[in-house]
Amino acid sequence: MAPVLQLKSITKRFPGVLANDHIDLTLQQGEILALLGENGAGKTTLMNILYGLYQPDEGEIWVREKKISVHSPTDAIRAGIGMVHQHFMLIPVFTVTENVMLGEESLRYGDFLDRPKAAARIREISTKYGLEVDPDTYIRDLPVGVQQRVEIIKLLYREADILIFDEPTAVLTPQEADELFEIMRLLVKQGKSIIFITHKLREVLEVADRIMVIRRGAVVGETTPKDADREKLAAMMVGRAVNLEVEKESATPGDVVLEVRDLEVANDQKQIMVEGVSFEIRAGEILGLAGVQGNGQTELVDAITGMRRPTSGSIRLLGETVTYATPRKFTEMGSAHVPEDRQKDGLVLSFSIADNLILNTYYKEPFARGVIRQEKAILANAERLIEQFDVRTPGPLIHVGALSGGNQQKVIVARELSRPIKLLVASQPTRGLDVGSIEYIHSQIVKKRDEGCAVLVASSELDEIMELSDRIAVMYRGKIIAIVNAGEVTKQEVGLLMAGVQIDLTDAGRKKGRVKVESTF
Amino acid sequence: MAEIIVHRKVEEITPRRKYTIAVVLLLIAGLMTGLFVVTASHDAFTTFGLTPGGITRGSVPDLVLPTLEVLIGLTVLVGLAGIYQLFKGFGRFTNLVLGLSFFLFIFALLIWTASGKSLNLGGLLKGSLLLAVPIALGALSGVMSERSGVVNIAIEGMMLMGAMTGALFGSITKNFWIGLGTALLAGLLMAAIHAVLSIKYKVDQIISGTVINIFGAGLSSFISSKFMQTYEYLNNPPIFPRVPIPVLADIPFLGPIFFNNNIFVYVLMILLIVMQIALFQTRWGLRLRSVGEHPKAADTLGINVIRTRYMAVLLSGLIAGFGGAYFTLGSIGRFEELMTAGKGFIGLASMIFGNWSPVGAVSASLLFGFFENLGPSLSLLGSKIPNQFTSMLPYIATMVILAGVVGRGQVPAADGVPYEKE
Ligand SMILES: Nc1ncnc2c1ncn2[C@@H]1O[C@H](COP(=O)(O)OP(=O)(O)OP(=O)(O)O)[C@@H](O)[C@H]1O
Ligand SMILES: [Mg+2]
Repeated sequence: MAPVLQLKSITKRFPGVLANDHIDLTLQQGEILALLGENGAGKTTLMNILYGLYQPDEGEIWVREKKISVHSPTDAIRAGIGMVHQHFMLIPVFTVTENVMLGEESLRYGDFLDRPKAAARIREISTKYGLEVDPDTYIRDLPVGVQQRVEIIKLLYREADILIFDEPTAVLTPQEADELFEIMRLLVKQGKSIIFITHKLREVLEVADRIMVIRRGAVVGETTPKDADREKLAAMMVGRAVNLEVEKESATPGDVVLEVRDLEVANDQKQIMVEGVSFEIRAGEILGLAGVQGNGQTELVDAITGMRRPTSGSIRLLGETVTYATPRKFTEMGSAHVPEDRQKDGLVLSFSIADNLILNTYYKEPFARGVIRQEKAILANAERLIEQFDVRTPGPLIHVGALSGGNQQKVIVARELSRPIKLLVASQPTRGLDVGSIEYIHSQIVKKRDEGCAVLVASSELDEIMELSDRIAVMYRGKIIAIVNAGEVTKQEVGLLMAGVQIDLTDAGRKKGRVKVESTF
Repeated sequence: MAEIIVHRKVEEITPRRKYTIAVVLLLIAGLMTGLFVVTASHDAFTTFGLTPGGITRGSVPDLVLPTLEVLIGLTVLVGLAGIYQLFKGFGRFTNLVLGLSFFLFIFALLIWTASGKSLNLGGLLKGSLLLAVPIALGALSGVMSERSGVVNIAIEGMMLMGAMTGALFGSITKNFWIGLGTALLAGLLMAAIHAVLSIKYKVDQIISGTVINIFGAGLSSFISSKFMQTYEYLNNPPIFPRVPIPVLADIPFLGPIFFNNNIFVYVLMILLIVMQIALFQTRWGLRLRSVGEHPKAADTLGINVIRTRYMAVLLSGLIAGFGGAYFTLGSIGRFEELMTAGKGFIGLASMIFGNWSPVGAVSASLLFGFFENLGPSLSLLGSKIPNQFTSMLPYIATMVILAGVVGRGQVPAADGVPYEKE
């Protein structure tokens, strides 16, 4: 059968970077093609070219054996191509309906929006593909998992049949990811074809029909899940063997570094998201904060980094009360923060890499002397960290917005880990990173712990929590419902806790195997 | 399946705010007692004229109020509101009550000042409306542009150029329609410069706007002083006459104020309604707003960001040009240097206070207009308040109302950010 899509010899150069180097790609009708590659390998660039957001320097795009020219997304949409972008393309102050219909509006009486009609279509698509969402809510009120569904509905609404998913699972919980795979399988069964980008090898092996690997802009190989395993894929991607497990000794906890008592925190809508939370972290240990997204982890992390004012309770850092302290105060006391939303809270996208690397130390020696910036020191610092954290960029003066998603994350991690710190609060520290970088960042976090730093890792990635943590705190509906030693629980047990299931973790309870179900999931 | 979790909410009005407002209300009541009730003379009457001068259609007899009694009534009302707030609280109506109380205070001030005399309330309101017209047009011009993500602080300059060209060509042709046409054109041209600079060349929009303001002020002043002030026939345009609207103009009280005006007021009303509906209910508006909120997202859905922004800025210029023409062709009938006197900027302030919505922006403009008119009206009545204070009134009032009632606004997320594709 003829392929639905063919990319022939696509080449794209950015200043100083060859992002795509004569890439050929073929997509068959009804298949899921996984695109695998390191951060900055050029996956997003290739997809943006296919979707008309970038113009290729060379190469051709063929859809159903017809050569097409894609000058803008309009051309791509017309050719039946749809894309879920790595960074969501949703307008927070619009409703679901408005976001979905934008560009392809249902109208009545001339130019007037027919919202009910569009909403009805959305409901139809919702039921057909199991993408549950209320068309009348505002995007800003939706958890990311649901926002993802809205993105998918946008494609289906336009009746696209070549679907591009650029790292759709980076922000999803494992359960949500599984739901997404169900949907993807359903979609291909209905005759659609999918290009799927991810860094999670488990997902590739689970859902792909064919796997294509690119490295530094060029195709380095192709395989199928049958012929590959995680180690092999990792090696193909990075070009060397990767250690997929975290290596660490058992912890030797010291003094209490962070102490949180009866904390209550509200979100921007004034809803109380964290309720009566108490815990402490000691020097030299890693506390994993597990929980399904939207159960208060975000607000809790915001509060203990000074980004959000708690409504009650107290926070003590190194014995000093810092409940209402500013982020600067936290930073100066030796606390580091890798924020969940890297583009919003972690970086100034229009600033250079060098400047982003000193965002919280720019006013100090050696980066400033009095009010004068010390360009030499700033540049040297940038070059050292780029090298050390393997940030893929043509140079330290490139603005951060031009980096690939994963490399943006590395810039933040480099900035936070390169300071002498006593507390590290990392929220989704490896979101969107390739296996090689995850290996490096995990080892760095463990190294910080071994140097006597207290670490809080919040992650919706259960594997990450299980591997890194010494102790695990599980959050459910704003409360910490259990704090357990990592060695004493299984992944399944933590998964159940995350879903609000109360389990008896004593040996006696385990033997009985009795599980008290408080809510279903 | 993700379930919907219902979260407990932090109380909407914090206890501290609740009591602060109660104290403020009681203070207002106290102020009303101390300033007005105590000093008002017994048996005096305040007469309010309800029909603006020079208008006969829809006129109503004067309203005569017993000064002291009404003052006491108003004070008691505010006082009771304060007490209620102290013990029970108005909940989510708190801000509304605060705003209303503020207006009762102003009303009391009017009654007190006009005690034993007569104040033309109809005239006061109509005057406010006319003062608000250019502010409101400036505000709508701003809404149009900023909703698409382009900050337009050049409205003042555009208005000046509109006012000047309108007067010049209106005088030459002796035709106010041609004058108006050229004013629109002038606004459009100025906007085109702003659009090219800020959209195409991605010049900082504040800088571009400032440059255009300076250019507009300079050029209009130059042409004015060189030609228009020396040759009187170049600065003597005909003015749009007042056209009462059949039926509506006869509505008692409201008719004379709203429906017996010239074309500028009517166009403002129509523009307000059209923009409000178009922005929020049509495809055109949805796309325009999407470009102002998240241009990249709009782009991925096939919306032409650049073209949309050009369109919005040009329309913004047309509205500003129209607002400028009001000065020369709609009210005064000649051009004076820098005659817009900051109205464009106050329009921008109104836009912000009105939360970037047409209705909000025009409401805020009316408020500005009212307080701007209040000062002079009071001094005319022989008020003892020094006029330096009364001319501060519009600004103090807006600050109070904004801080207390409006709260934090919602800026279009991509306002002022140039769009770059790659
Ligand atoms: N707009 C741009 N301007 C300049 N360089 C860019 C731009 N977009 C991408 N690049 C560069 O092109 C290369 C490929 O980036 P791309 O975003 O395609 O990577 P990716 O494979 O999607 O990585 P990730 O997995 O981290 O998302 C990177 O080196 C990046 O710095
Ligand atoms: Mg990418």
